[in-house]
Amino acid sequence: MAERGLAAHLGTHLRENGMLMALVAIVFFFTVVLRTTLDVDFLSAQNITNLFLQNSYVIIMALGMLLVIVAGHIDLSVGSVVGFTGAVAAVLIVELDWPVIAVIPACLVVGGLIGAAQGYWVAYWRIPSFIVTLAGMLIFRGSTLWLLGGQNIGPFPRSFQSLSTGFIPDILGTWDEAVLGLERMNGTAVVLVTVAAAIVVWLGWRSRSRDAAFGMLPEPMGLFALRNLVVAAALIFVGYKLAQFRGLPNVVVVLTLLTVIYAFFTVSTTTGRRIYALGGNEKAAKLSGIRTERLVFFCFVNMGVLAALAGMIVAARLNSSTPKAGSGFELDVIAAVFIGGASMSGGSGKIVGVVIGALIMGVMNNGMSILGIGIDYQQVIKGLVLLAAVIFDVYNKSK
Amino acid sequence: MATLLEMRGIGKSFPGVRALDHVDLAVEAGEIHAICGENGAGKSTLMKVLSGVYPHGSYEGEIRYDGQEIRLRGIADSEALGIIIIHQELALVPLLSIAENLFLGNEVARRGVIDWRQVFQRTEGLLRKVGLAEAPTTPVEKLGVGKQQLIEIAKALAKNVRLLILDEPTAALQENDSQKLLDLLLELKAQGITSILISHKLNEIDRVADRITILRDGSTVSTLTRAEISEERIIRDMVGRDMAHRYPERIPRIGEVLLEVRDWNVWHPDQRDRQMIRDVSFNVRKGEIVGIAGLMGTGRTELAMSLFGRSYGRRISGSVRIAGKPVDTSTVPRAVAAGLSYVTEDRKVLGLVLDEPIMQNVTLANLAGVSRRGVLDKRLERRVAEGYRRSLAIRTPGVMQKVVNLSGGNQQKVVLAKWLFTDPQVLILDEPTRGIDVGAKFEIYAIMNELAEQGRGVVMISSEMPELLGMCDRIYVMNEGRIAGELSRAEASQERIMALILKDSRQRVA
Repeated sequence: MAERGLAAHLGTHLRENGMLMALVAIVFFFTVVLRTTLDVDFLSAQNITNLFLQNSYVIIMALGMLLVIVAGHIDLSVGSVVGFTGAVAAVLIVELDWPVIAVIPACLVVGGLIGAAQGYWVAYWRIPSFIVTLAGMLIFRGSTLWLLGGQNIGPFPRSFQSLSTGFIPDILGTWDEAVLGLERMNGTAVVLVTVAAAIVVWLGWRSRSRDAAFGMLPEPMGLFALRNLVVAAALIFVGYKLAQFRGLPNVVVVLTLLTVIYAFFTVSTTTGRRIYALGGNEKAAKLSGIRTERLVFFCFVNMGVLAALAGMIVAARLNSSTPKAGSGFELDVIAAVFIGGASMSGGSGKIVGVVIGALIMGVMNNGMSILGIGIDYQQVIKGLVLLAAVIFDVYNKSK
Repeated sequence: MATLLEMRGIGKSFPGVRALDHVDLAVEAGEIHAICGENGAGKSTLMKVLSGVYPHGSYEGEIRYDGQEIRLRGIADSEALGIIIIHQELALVPLLSIAENLFLGNEVARRGVIDWRQVFQRTEGLLRKVGLAEAPTTPVEKLGVGKQQLIEIAKALAKNVRLLILDEPTAALQENDSQKLLDLLLELKAQGITSILISHKLNEIDRVADRITILRDGSTVSTLTRAEISEERIIRDMVGRDMAHRYPERIPRIGEVLLEVRDWNVWHPDQRDRQMIRDVSFNVRKGEIVGIAGLMGTGRTELAMSLFGRSYGRRISGSVRIAGKPVDTSTVPRAVAAGLSYVTEDRKVLGLVLDEPIMQNVTLANLAGVSRRGVLDKRLERRVAEGYRRSLAIRTPGVMQKVVNLSGGNQQKVVLAKWLFTDPQVLILDEPTRGIDVGAKFEIYAIMNELAEQGRGVVMISSEMPELLGMCDRIYVMNEGRIAGELSRAEASQERIMALILKDSRQRVA
């Protein structure tokens, strides 16, 4: 099997590999700068945990937003839906004393209904999603204020808080003695992350060898090894750091599961494939027997459910529901999707890219905050990064 | 009478096509001059040369206007000379008022400030000239197509038109609107305005034209005076060419009736009282290739799309049977399940997801065939796509190639592969060889023959009559939403198809 040249391969996969390299470079940059200027460890266990806790909701919503954008639409209401579902959770738990186990599905249903209400107009009445969800943004922000009576409602019981600030219990027991010269290791975290890294490499290897057996042109061996090495090392490093702190946050587990599920859904299911076809050419998709309206509707319902999940995580993290919760989130989420390589006209974009895009935004937020860069500069820089990523795409396409 | 316009030896080439080859056209001042020709004979290209869309230097030959040679650099030049073209697709802004449309780009203004009083005054004058009693402030979208057509003429008058060119102005009009338009042309003629009328409709030409020039295959065949105009002569001049193309051999083995459509009626999706398809009945047998002939805009695509999952039109009625059993084709998935496939006319807009690879386009209409419980089997999918790549000879390095990078012929094969993978009993192919080169055409014909030999029914919609005559076992001729007649392979000829169309048009006027 003749392998294509490294350069040729990089050329066709410039976007994905470029994103990964950009993320690594940004992390490296902050690590060095923070170490030399403030003598702060950017990759400390606590900061890595924080990074995930702070950005989990953006990543979760970006998964749903990718589907909406791939289908050729947009959802501006997610920030308000975050606020609203958080408020619903607060009212149900704090004021009506519902058990947490009932509140979580109830809130997800509320999110789904909101998505359905908006998706109905977009899908079946062909009202532009920009307008429907702009209206939704106002409606649900207002409803949040009304529901909370302009007050914060909280605090939540521990069981609800654990949605965000909880950690996977350490079944294997913390290794108190020094292992590998290190102290206080959360055994469960180490084992889980190591297994996850092994699975990633194994799946990559299996798919590569099957493709090769099928006569597809494989990724050059060197690049394949390097990429897997970087990913596996990063995973194990993060897990090892987390293990030193308090173990795996629940949110990280949820996040990972959702990412895997959505990556599978978009790449390997017929419904996922149809959403891409619909975004690429709606008329052709329709004439190929695809029920385009139903798919658009589904994308919005799905977005609503994920926004509700994010809403509960945000409320749990703040330990109260506030009228302002979630405002501006829609912009972070949409930015993450576009930085992640989705096309504005629909039809393209990958889950992995979106997650990396969201992590880039998150790492920059976190790093700049520690550096003490003012919110004014932070916004300017984030704006420039978004613009640069999209210009990079457009430039690449025009070549 | 003086000669207003003379075009001499006009030639125009596009990559791979000689669209015009030595066309001569002379138009007298004050006459209505009709131009006739089959689809693709070069009428529109010629008018684009005349109106400056193709500027001087991009064509060969000479244009003389008022006795002077003119060299147009663009539409602005031709309009300055009073040469105004009205295209089939109207160029009006629907949300702007009549007055705003009339003076669009030509506003009555001083230093950019519009003098509305004068605009309205002049608008009223122009509307009177074209016989419209609408308020100048009425938005154009509130008017029917017929009135919009009159607005276009008023717009031309506002630019002091001397030579008015109308490209099939009545194609989208109903009968009484057409009559009004023709009356107006005669009135303008009395006021000294010269017109060029491109039309297929012999009765119209007969009514208003002073002379007629007939084009065929990019050349002038003849210019006839009023006294010489006759149906037979026009048909002979329009189609009188040899069958230059070649078609693959097939010995038809025709079985029982496979698709049977009865009393199909379809109404326009937006214009409530416009019927697009009227009482159409037809059938296709096993192993048969059936052609649907007709001029552009006669409802062939509308017929096919309304049959295929009601993808076009409203108030659709009629029955569809496949292999003797009544079937439900009310949505695309149902039509596909019933065994029907429709290969669209415009493959880029309606047939393909251009930015996706060949593989994903091939399996799009039958994802169930490459998946289990909603999960795709990528390797099976690849095998399927590779299979079609080989059997249809799609020329590409691999099935992961994006469709947008393929040539027209290969793109068409991808669309065909997509529908073949649904294993249809009946395929409707809408202009399957449009815009693809001669070699690829032959391959598409060969695929169609093979489909017929497998016992499927094939319906071929085409505007190229030689292709229909070369391929089809039977030809239905459509005109203005109806079946104007049916010809067997032995009976069919270009002359008879044209004669059926013209006869049907005449009956409708009477």
